[in-house]
Amino acid sequence: METATRRILTSEGLDGLLAALKRRGYRTVGPTVRDQAIVYDDIGSIADLPGGWTDEQDGGHYRLVRRGDAALFGYAVGPHSWKKFLHPPTLRLWRAARDGDAVQVVAEAPPEQPFAFIGVRGCELRAIEIQDRVLLAGQHADTPYRERRRGAFIVAVNCAKAGGTCFCTSMNAGPKAAAGFDLALTELADRPGGVFVVEIGSEAGRLMLADLPQRAATEGEIAAAEGVVERTAAAMGRAMRSDDVRELLLRNLDHPRWDAVAERCLTCGNCTMVCPTCFCTSVEESSDLAGGETGRSRRWDSCFTMDFSYIHGGAVRASARSRYRQWMTHKLATWFDQFGSSGCVGCGRCITWCPVGIDITEEVRAIRDSEQR
Amino acid sequence: MGDAAAFAADRADPMVPRVARVRRRRRDGPLVWTLELEADGADPGGFAPGQFNMLTVFGVGEVPISLSGDPAAPDRLVHTVRAVGPVSAALARVEPGGAVGLRGPFGAGWPMAEAAGRDVVLVAGGLGLAPLRPALYRLLAERERYGNVVLLYGTRSPDEILFRREIETWRRRLDIDIEVTVDHAAGDWHGHVGVVTTLIPRAAFDPLHALALVCGPEVMMRFAISALRDAGLAEEAVYLSMERNMKCAVGLCGHCQFGPVLVCRDGPVFRFDRLRGLLRTKEI
Ligand SMILES: Cc1cc2nc3c(=O)[nH]c(=O)nc-3n(C[C@H](O)[C@H](O)[C@H](O)COP(=O)(O)OP(=O)(O)OC[C@H]3O[C@@H](n4cnc5c(N)ncnc54)[C@H](O)[C@@H]3O)c2cc1C
Ligand code: SF4
Ligand code: SF4
Repeated sequence: METATRRILTSEGLDGLLAALKRRGYRTVGPTVRDQAIVYDDIGSIADLPGGWTDEQDGGHYRLVRRGDAALFGYAVGPHSWKKFLHPPTLRLWRAARDGDAVQVVAEAPPEQPFAFIGVRGCELRAIEIQDRVLLAGQHADTPYRERRRGAFIVAVNCAKAGGTCFCTSMNAGPKAAAGFDLALTELADRPGGVFVVEIGSEAGRLMLADLPQRAATEGEIAAAEGVVERTAAAMGRAMRSDDVRELLLRNLDHPRWDAVAERCLTCGNCTMVCPTCFCTSVEESSDLAGGETGRSRRWDSCFTMDFSYIHGGAVRASARSRYRQWMTHKLATWFDQFGSSGCVGCGRCITWCPVGIDITEEVRAIRDSEQR
Repeated sequence: MGDAAAFAADRADPMVPRVARVRRRRRDGPLVWTLELEADGADPGGFAPGQFNMLTVFGVGEVPISLSGDPAAPDRLVHTVRAVGPVSAALARVEPGGAVGLRGPFGAGWPMAEAAGRDVVLVAGGLGLAPLRPALYRLLAERERYGNVVLLYGTRSPDEILFRREIETWRRRLDIDIEVTVDHAAGDWHGHVGVVTTLIPRAAFDPLHALALVCGPEVMMRFAISALRDAGLAEEAVYLSMERNMKCAVGLCGHCQFGPVLVCRDGPVFRFDRLRGLLRTKEI
């Protein structure tokens, strides 16, 4: 991409971007500190961002610590992902009103405000692209997702710090925001006053930027931004060989390692809740006492529950071994067959938020190293 | 990017049911009821043999149920339901005139085009006859397009035999071989006793020019496939209809995954060679 399009925003300019998005009717959502974690929620100004915070992450471990500077984006991804907004954890689908013999079914209205996402990482852009393919590209599109996805304004951030469980480089998903954003920022945290090198990714991004106080980036600033991404790429906390992982797993469906991991796995489903590409849902009925008004809502579901695969008489996947295997082979193998890509972007959330620290990269390595062929 | 037009729904929401009415309801066995539905207002649009609908009992839930009626009469949406749990039991209880929710039809059906010019063997176990019945209607309506047509049907006991009167009518046509067997019977049963797979070796079809359509419990299908293979049928000539937990029927909820396939989107009817390895692996 030509360097001429790189611009500079200061912290003030970034605050101006948030204000401008709000003025244009967007619901601005971004990282903020809550309950000792960095989560995604409504933000009004840059004061709501986790300035000066970073995170320590490892298998089953997450802790916020002070950075010693005022960087606004100096941390990796937390427990939330943007699917929280695009594919909400719970959602009413429709209501049905009964009036005597007549029944009328009314679909739930879409949200009124479009989203503006602030601080979307490279792996998360890839995760959104994957969910677009899963939920929109088939014969039937998911209506609630489409309504939330379309018209969303995306401000990406190139990661300046690799998390302890990150392996996006292994999955070709980061740390640089490659595509699918309106604007992408690289924070030069060592410069006073906050300096953000901005890459323009769309016409909407260009128009938005044009209304803000900004200037052209110098060659030194552009080189510094590239250096940030290179250093992050070189500092991944985890790695996984991914070129042949589909074939590796599919020819090892009976590997003893599945039994070993099942002994540790609590089948709690945390990994599926935090994963930015996991999309499975279940439905629930509701009914008022008289049965005059009924409805259906949907909620995230997890392949780690017994109910997930229940058919008359029992679950298809009754053992923990088969449920862990289902999850991991889906992410890394059968996702290719079903949706044409990997289902993993290397964000590391499943490793960090697993209560017993089960590590998808370690599980792949264990199978690879002990394969009986 | 935030213009209001972008939020207008441009396609109907596949998760929102239409309203349909039960027109007729007939008992077809212990706990089994056949419901004939008519969709309110909308054009029925037709269905392919082997496809299914998602039926809602408002306030109770929604389940996948195969179309079991005649594809030549698509305004009569016939479904045969066994009451096995809360939703199917509530569905089987809906009286004529009552409203239900309807989404569909969904899925890939039986290979009717490939069947042309060949012998066709239908192997049904229990309620598995219901999703095969639309294929039978089609085969019999276009009888001259096919070679021998054979129906092999097994149930646990004689009182569970579905569509009895119709089976008798078909028998009298003489252009279809029908064999019915039961697992257990009292003294007044004069037909075959034993599992349905025992009928396969004696069935009249040319294994080199036949297709088999198999539907029933998964174990029964497994045994049927190996009996068909023993009879000389190639794996590419065997089709089966799979059942998996299903919440959406449109490839979006993830429940019906069966290894690399989504049963609702890629099936429920599959050519056997596509599933071979999967059926052999436990708990996939
Ligand atoms: C493609 C397809 C076609 C089917 N066609 C018919 C038919 O023609 N007639 C008929 O009686 N039944 C059919 N079934 C099975 C029927 O959907 C189940 O019997 C029904 O879902 C049971 O729901 P329940 O709430 O009454 O019972 P429960 O056993 O309490 O089930 C609870 C939930 O588990 C799931 N579930 C349970 N059993 C099944 C199952 N076998 N298949 C899929 N999901 C299940 C459902 O989501 C159900 O709501 C079909 C299933 C599939 C997948
Ligand atoms: S499987 Fe784990 S590392 Fe991969 S995208 Fe999901 S949460 Fe991230
Ligand atoms: S792998 Fe970890 S997070 Fe996932 S279900 Fe097992 S114990 Fe829970």
